[in-house]
Amino acid sequence: MSEINLASLEEILNPFVPLGRSGLLPALHAVQKEYGWLSEEVAAGVAAALGVPLADAHGVIEFYSLFYSEPVGKRMIRVCTDPACALKGADELLDHLCAHHGIQPGETTSDGSSTIERSPCLGLCEQAPAILFDDQAETNVDLKTGHYELGRPRSLVYGSLRLLTRNCGNGTTFLAGYGAYAALQKALAMPPAEVIAEIRASGLVGRGGAAFPTGVKWQGAADAPGDEKYVVCNADESEPGTFKDRILLLDDPHSTIEGMCIAAHAIGATKGYIYLRGEYPYILPVLENALNEARQAGHLGGANGFDIEIRLGAGAYICGEETALFESIEGKRGFPRVKPPFPTTHGLFGKPTVINNVETLANVPLILSMGAAEYRKIGTEKSPGPKLFCVSGDVARPGLYEVPFGVALKELLEMAGGADEEAEKRMTGTDEATEKRMTGTDGAADKRIQAVLFGGAAGAFATPEQLDVKLTFEDLRAAGLPLGSGVVMVFDKSRDLRDALARLGRFFAHESCGKCYPCQMGTQRQAEILERVARREMLPGDPERLQNVGWTMTDASLCGLGQTAASAVLSAMKQFPELFVER
Amino acid sequence: MGIQLEIDGQQISVEAGTTLLEAAKQIGVDIPTICWHEATTSYALCRICVVEVEGMRLLQPGCIVEAADGMKVQTRSERVVRARKTILEMLASSVDLSDSPAILALMDEYGASPERFPEAGRREVEVKDDNPMYLRDYSKCVLCWRCVQVCAEDAQYTFALSFSGRGYETEIATFFDRPMPATTCVFCGQCVGVCPTGALKPKREALLEQGIAPEEIAVMSSGRRRRK
Repeated sequence: MSEINLASLEEILNPFVPLGRSGLLPALHAVQKEYGWLSEEVAAGVAAALGVPLADAHGVIEFYSLFYSEPVGKRMIRVCTDPACALKGADELLDHLCAHHGIQPGETTSDGSSTIERSPCLGLCEQAPAILFDDQAETNVDLKTGHYELGRPRSLVYGSLRLLTRNCGNGTTFLAGYGAYAALQKALAMPPAEVIAEIRASGLVGRGGAAFPTGVKWQGAADAPGDEKYVVCNADESEPGTFKDRILLLDDPHSTIEGMCIAAHAIGATKGYIYLRGEYPYILPVLENALNEARQAGHLGGANGFDIEIRLGAGAYICGEETALFESIEGKRGFPRVKPPFPTTHGLFGKPTVINNVETLANVPLILSMGAAEYRKIGTEKSPGPKLFCVSGDVARPGLYEVPFGVALKELLEMAGGADEEAEKRMTGTDEATEKRMTGTDGAADKRIQAVLFGGAAGAFATPEQLDVKLTFEDLRAAGLPLGSGVVMVFDKSRDLRDALARLGRFFAHESCGKCYPCQMGTQRQAEILERVARREMLPGDPERLQNVGWTMTDASLCGLGQTAASAVLSAMKQFPELFVER
Repeated sequence: MGIQLEIDGQQISVEAGTTLLEAAKQIGVDIPTICWHEATTSYALCRICVVEVEGMRLLQPGCIVEAADGMKVQTRSERVVRARKTILEMLASSVDLSDSPAILALMDEYGASPERFPEAGRREVEVKDDNPMYLRDYSKCVLCWRCVQVCAEDAQYTFALSFSGRGYETEIATFFDRPMPATTCVFCGQCVGVCPTGALKPKREALLEQGIAPEEIAVMSSGRRRRK
């Protein structure tokens, strides 16, 4: 510990002192950047400076995967091993890197130069396999050719619409190219109630996964008593298979910021936060620059006083849950709160808060500019507007697809070039059960598809028989498929879904916060059983155990994580019962 | 006046602000609890007290959900029993319940099998014996949070305890796992008092359980107190 120079600690901590406990995560990030890790001495210094009890500071460090209370390497190599990357050889990549450095996953080289870790989904699924190499994205890593891309990840944008993605695909759109926040100017000329009425009329619902009507949320926060209100942008995108917010924020940060400004005017908020996931460090400078541009242009911190602060997460999927996200901004472990009360009345710091997903906020300027009536001409009557889908896995052209609601899943997959032809090659030597699943659909590409994971880890599997389903809230609900965060992950017939399920099981066991019993223990028991399923070593009674654990988590968990932690597994048990046959 | 609701087919009238747990108690319906304690804030962690409320998609924790007019509550529906039984079985597969008679009684009542989850990774840690007053055996800890709560705003404002790890690997912990005497702990004993599973136990009690005679314990403790 003596090798750590504490002289600079006070200086680093000074800017965070006025924030008190709420400055804990930013302060820990800052000192970890300086010292490489968080020693007992350093942690005690941070706690003292911010007035946080020592035990609480330690509890926070322990909660977040990206904080280290032991020394780690100078270089942090985080290899994603979740389903989309696994399809593209993530395990082999991890093995290769570990062998090259002579260490096991989770270990640091003896010279202290590098640490290699397994990572949950990095949000780079369309350019798999992917690594987070310090603060840079390393994508499309190909062991055979040695090819890889390092730095800012590419934005692969396709689809039949370019509304939400109008400024995406060509690097960051700066303020000069974005325009003078015309939608905000229009909104500021309207009474707040009228802005909310316009959003309500547009039929916009949340794009983060819960699909709650945005206008109703805004109305609730506007009506809530109190002078201090907040607008929070949930940019903690971490649902496996999801990368839409990454592209929106990297390429078009101003649409989200403008959306937040409009929300602030509508509800009377003076302060906003963007909570960016810790695994997107390369977005941070882009956002900071965009906020500065907006300030200089007078859109932020000007007449209405509204300004935005960025908070960087530290590796916790649960912080995408809105109340856990508030706890995290407040400098605590990311434990979700019991609801009600809801954020609209008791949100961040206990104040009325509107919290919206990035894509939701990006829709807001569009609605104000077009007018709700024009906006509703896109999509279907019950699911109006454009929608972003994150297509990954076994398709020829994985990427971000913007389409109107109402497009059939099949059309979306056709845009993505269908299941890639590699499937045929991989399929040689597959078993009889796999062969049997090859019937029932037309078109060569469709024939190769075994399943589509919808909505992410917390989603459900669609079968090839369901490819005609229309991508709307109402049609998907009827088909028992959650739209979730717009994940469409394709598995061709050469793939072993048991492996994907075991990875989802591990993901939830890793990400459960541990607060409520059903999820804390259920995710662990579920992961253990799924490992046995993947190894073809099921024990008698395992399918029933999976069902009981799954339904107990679904029925009795405290928050959305636990309530959906068995969703994909239960859907697989229903759609592909042959995967769970006991020997 | 009051709130009118139905619990297991019985009509009942309660004051506004009454939880379902309290309301059920008033008519002699027993809803089980593990983490709930009259002296600590209810966070609805254990979910053993969940009940089925007509019209609500999810089971509701009785310890915090308040009675509302016209509510129809079932405290022993099939879904409720499945959840309680599974939670109990998962607990038995995770921690040592040998010192938790109340939870063991619940397991009997719900026909929960301690062997339900074979080959399950248990939470097993060494007993922490770092102070003269009490032992910490987190192999018996069910993470009810009561000790953390009474150490903080629910009683003592000492803030000696928080958590290490997360999810299944969560454990009650001090700052960097410092031994208790090196923390802000004032040995008020409130955490020991509210622990439902024997994870926190007075050292004297533990020694008595080990068959050590009271006289010997007296000698041991006086020896520890003696100044060198």
